[in-house]
Amino acid sequence: MSELSTDFKIEMLRKMMLIRAFEEKAEELYMKNLVHGTMHLSVGEEAVAVGAIFALDKTDYITSTHRGHGHMIAKGGDVRLMFAEFLGKETGYCKGRGGSMHIASFALGNLGANGIVSSSIPIGTGAALALKMQKKKQIVLSIFGDGASNEGMFYESLNMAKIWNLPIVYLCENNMYAMSASVKRFVATNDIVDKANAFGMPGVVVDGMDVIAVYEVVKEAAERARNGEGPTLIEAKTYRYKGHSKSDLNLYRTKEEIEEWKKKDPINTFVEKLKVSQELNDEVYRSLQEEVSKIIEDGVKFAIESPEPSVDSIFDYVYAEEGDER
Amino acid sequence: MSVITYKEAIKQALAEKMREDKRVFLIGEDIGVYGGAFGVTMGMIDEFGPERIIETPMSEAAFTGVAVGAAMLGMKPVLEIMFADFLTFSAEQIVNQAAKIRFMTGGQVKVPLVIRAPQGSGTGAAAQHSQNVEAWFLNVPGLKIVAPSNPYDAKGLLKSSIEDGNPVLFLEHKLLYSLKGEVPESDYRVPIGKSKVVREGNDITIVATSIMADRSLEAAKLLENENISCEVIDPRTIKPLDLQPIINSVKKTHRLLVVYEGCRTGGIGGEIIFRIAESEAFFYLDAPIYTLGGLDIPIPYNRNLEAHAVPQVDNIMNKVKTILKGVKNA
Repeated sequence: MSELSTDFKIEMLRKMMLIRAFEEKAEELYMKNLVHGTMHLSVGEEAVAVGAIFALDKTDYITSTHRGHGHMIAKGGDVRLMFAEFLGKETGYCKGRGGSMHIASFALGNLGANGIVSSSIPIGTGAALALKMQKKKQIVLSIFGDGASNEGMFYESLNMAKIWNLPIVYLCENNMYAMSASVKRFVATNDIVDKANAFGMPGVVVDGMDVIAVYEVVKEAAERARNGEGPTLIEAKTYRYKGHSKSDLNLYRTKEEIEEWKKKDPINTFVEKLKVSQELNDEVYRSLQEEVSKIIEDGVKFAIESPEPSVDSIFDYVYAEEGDER
Repeated sequence: MSVITYKEAIKQALAEKMREDKRVFLIGEDIGVYGGAFGVTMGMIDEFGPERIIETPMSEAAFTGVAVGAAMLGMKPVLEIMFADFLTFSAEQIVNQAAKIRFMTGGQVKVPLVIRAPQGSGTGAAAQHSQNVEAWFLNVPGLKIVAPSNPYDAKGLLKSSIEDGNPVLFLEHKLLYSLKGEVPESDYRVPIGKSKVVREGNDITIVATSIMADRSLEAAKLLENENISCEVIDPRTIKPLDLQPIINSVKKTHRLLVVYEGCRTGGIGGEIIFRIAESEAFFYLDAPIYTLGGLDIPIPYNRNLEAHAVPQVDNIMNKVKTILKGVKNA
């Protein structure tokens, strides 16, 4: 932990706080009936998004999931454009066409959240193939959940990444439940990372509540990928405090279990560590809180004041009108 | 002009585009030294090497996604699905990803992907290797579908497909691979979204896709001996459909027959008919609009049963004669 600068660690903290504040506000907007669709909150999982994405170079790519707000913010996403997308506005990342589940920014290297569990895994693998063919130095971080590790495309993709030695890191964000399906009931192996053995690639389990631990294992895997040493499967064990989506009544787990995980809260534990190492004091922490609140406030204001897409534009973007002579 | 086969035309289009554009690459099963299940890519690995002729494990679902991801990062993959029937594996990536990513992301990215897939019956390969699949993907917005019926169109349309900025499902017909036809020596394109009147006539308009265009032409030639003049239109592109030449033709002939290989229910026939019924051509009709499609059964193995499952030349001739007779009786 000491190798990283204090500024870097404070930035990690700030991003985790921003993710949490974004999602808490998102939920509030939903409750106020300002949101047309659903949302999948990653509250409790912030250390995975921030630890992993901070271990990448700015120009590296990620593929994300339906629970992707944190990944987007960690990759540099502007919460104004995210709130705007969430509210279906023309100013949103996807011009209001995608909503929470499809937020993407090719400029930032986020190839997209994805509404189909596991489907982004081959897409990330193909992005890695393209980077290899183009002889570029970038890599891909393919993020997916425990549920996706039971889909066929997961196995097919890891197999191809290994035989083609692709510059990719597979990060399984194991939040213990695929909707209501617990990993204990639905994953045959002890750990999801055991599946790496089937492809002869390194597999690493990491505490997904510890942002520095996540950072370190992803950094190492990213370097391997960048140096032409092929793919790695990482399993970050984390926990989703909130329900799967807004229809979730939490009937499949106990309040005690949720409270137990909250004791390991990635933000609180990191704040404590930084205070112990005297890299953070109450004053700095308070100013971070204020800064984050302001960003959130501005973001919501921007989104609410933004225009709706015009109905005249309903056919836009279905097809690329020009050919592909980039 | 040189006379080449449909298979050779496809291979020429692939090789010429690969020489011209370094972003173009092929990906699929057994497309290297084996040359693909139908030999379309035979020998290409010698010229382009394994870096651009990428052979995959049997993982259609994921390698279709690999092609999508590569396309998003500026490559131009041409995917070979060994038999169009296996597109069921690829459907997730085609339907939910390739066709929608541009729209869902507000136009941030293009997915210039060509999916080549040989389809159709007549080879004794039975129900899982013989389907005509054009209707499966007809109602997927964001996707284009082309189905050439001859070497000229195959080469010209494949080049246009590779140059298109959208995912294109390029449906080849297995029985057409050995069909010969004239192809210019020069570089040319056949545009996507343009129907072609392949034979002019006055008594009836036959619209026919893929191999049925070839069979309808044959039927039209034989019917000429019986003083029946058929106009034959090959849409060439299934989606987006170029309707105007069909409307113009129906206004001239006053009769329409749509011939297609896919199962009759939910096929391209219904699609063309409803558009004609909604158009000004409706007022010119002297007979009901008819379709001749495949039977609503899986393709049988037995040679005779298989032949009866989809329209043949004599079926088309008989149907035309029935339609014309019906009008006279009426």
